[in-house]
Amino acid sequence: MSTPAQTFERFSVSPSRRRKDRIARGAVVAATVVALIPLVLIVYYLLSKGLGSWSPSFFTTDPTGNTFFAASSIGGIKSAILGTIEIVAIASVLAVPLGLGVAVWLVEYGRSSRFAHTVRFFVDVLTGVPSIMFGLFIYIALIVGTGTSYAAYKGAFALALLMLPVVTRSAEVVLLLVPGSLRESALALGAPRWKVIFRIVLPTALPGLLTGVLLAIARAAGETAPLLFTAGVTMKTEFKLNGFMNSLPIQIYTDVTSPTTAVVNRAWGAALTLVVMILLLNLFARLLARRSSLG
Amino acid sequence: MSVENPTISPEEPTMSANEPTMSPDAQPTEMLEPSRSQPSKTTQPAPSAGASARASLRDGLAVKLEKLRAFYGDAEQVKGIDLDFHANEVTAIIGPSGCGKSTMVRCINRMHEEVPGARTEGKVLLDDFDVYDSSVDVVAVRRAIGMVFQKPNPFPTMSVFDNVAAGLRLASRGRGDLHGKVETALRGAGLWEEVKDRLSEPGAGLSGGQQQRLCIARSLAVEPEVILMDEPCSALDPIATLKIEELIDQLKAKVTIVIVTHNMQQAARVADRTAFMLGGELVEVGPTQQIFTNPHDSRTEEYVTGKFG
Repeated sequence: MSTPAQTFERFSVSPSRRRKDRIARGAVVAATVVALIPLVLIVYYLLSKGLGSWSPSFFTTDPTGNTFFAASSIGGIKSAILGTIEIVAIASVLAVPLGLGVAVWLVEYGRSSRFAHTVRFFVDVLTGVPSIMFGLFIYIALIVGTGTSYAAYKGAFALALLMLPVVTRSAEVVLLLVPGSLRESALALGAPRWKVIFRIVLPTALPGLLTGVLLAIARAAGETAPLLFTAGVTMKTEFKLNGFMNSLPIQIYTDVTSPTTAVVNRAWGAALTLVVMILLLNLFARLLARRSSLG
Repeated sequence: MSVENPTISPEEPTMSANEPTMSPDAQPTEMLEPSRSQPSKTTQPAPSAGASARASLRDGLAVKLEKLRAFYGDAEQVKGIDLDFHANEVTAIIGPSGCGKSTMVRCINRMHEEVPGARTEGKVLLDDFDVYDSSVDVVAVRRAIGMVFQKPNPFPTMSVFDNVAAGLRLASRGRGDLHGKVETALRGAGLWEEVKDRLSEPGAGLSGGQQQRLCIARSLAVEPEVILMDEPCSALDPIATLKIEELIDQLKAKVTIVIVTHNMQQAARVADRTAFMLGGELVEVGPTQQIFTNPHDSRTEEYVTGKFG
């Protein structure tokens, strides 16, 4: 009936359709590029400014108070690295099991009960609380309230509070993704519920849970505000949990306001160190997750 | 309702045409294990605490529903069913979508109550023992009554071996000769020859039909007396379906089987008895041949001849 020309016309892409396609594609590509610009710049500045201050002694010496003299005398960031590791580790030990526990309860037991909804609401509220509020809360409760001084463990408490809702919320989402059919078939095998959770649900969700936990740790490791008036500011490497303790964000915060170029550069070096530490943690956890999910 | 439960099954046993290999007194274990390395592993009852309701691990148990009603919230999905599932027989449940087949079956091993807001009334007697009795441990019930689901759902983090062992480990029976038990279960599910060289590969890497037989092996491993199958072949191709059907025919020597199916040919092929459900009620139950050739109820006739559903 129709000539070849008509058929060609019927099935060929119209010019306006082609144009719309180009515009839409151009828009999403442009959005991606725009979003990448700050990311690339951050990495570029971190590397170009931070790498310059890196040296073996940068990681093995404590910062000194001599910030107005030669670069060689200002010291490194050893106490800040160790302090961050210590404070964040304590915060994680507190917040991760607790947060995962809350998420497991919400998904496996609480479900849509009224109490579960209340818990979810408060977790959401906590997620949105500015980080300085957690510092303030600990400051009022544990420092003003007890009439004592700054301490590392108080900073860890503040970070734990900050991490708790992040861990809970991300874990809840991941646990909800575990298909109900897996729980059902495990229950139908005659498994008690706690075993279903520990042997089936949690292993299945492990990679996602790890990602959420890592995000929370990364967030906590980079927080300055909750530590400012809980863990205090110090130069020395300290291991005492109820004494002042340095940390990378605090080091960056104090260094970057210095008039001395060498000290500002130390802030860049510390920032790069923090980013690399979080990156390594990420890689390590991913490796761990991959191995466990195959084995 | 006015459905006066025509459980008039003339006790003429089964469609003998359907089971050429099985005679009622055939040795069940011989059939399942072609007398290889572990000839008698499944025949010795594992000493298991609190399993007083168990008669013998070799034989299936009869299941009897008495005025069983199931609800989702206020919606009554199963409206008072009385039904007998004879030991070591295959009973098919047929009926249109939403008639409560799956819900009814899920009441038997108390999986129905896992749905939020769901509840059950009436009795489910497992060899004269009510599984809804307040003293009953629901976990023990589910060990005695295995279940195979519509979609094959091997545990994604586990290997083929671990999937089968999972039942034993989850039920704290992973000690002893785990490898032997896993092999027995895989042989029982007709999967051993296909997977014996890839036991450590992920269970999710098998084909759909193999996955479903893996799930059957998983439930066989805990040595249940009853296996419930909720449309076990609906996600499978005809060849895989055929294998499962052959398997069902062999398994009934060992367990009582209840199979929900949308496929009437399948019911006709595998079931000794067939029950027809409609709107949450049991319309008719009887020997499969009679249900398909000479149903007592006109609605059954309309359904099996394809006039609705």
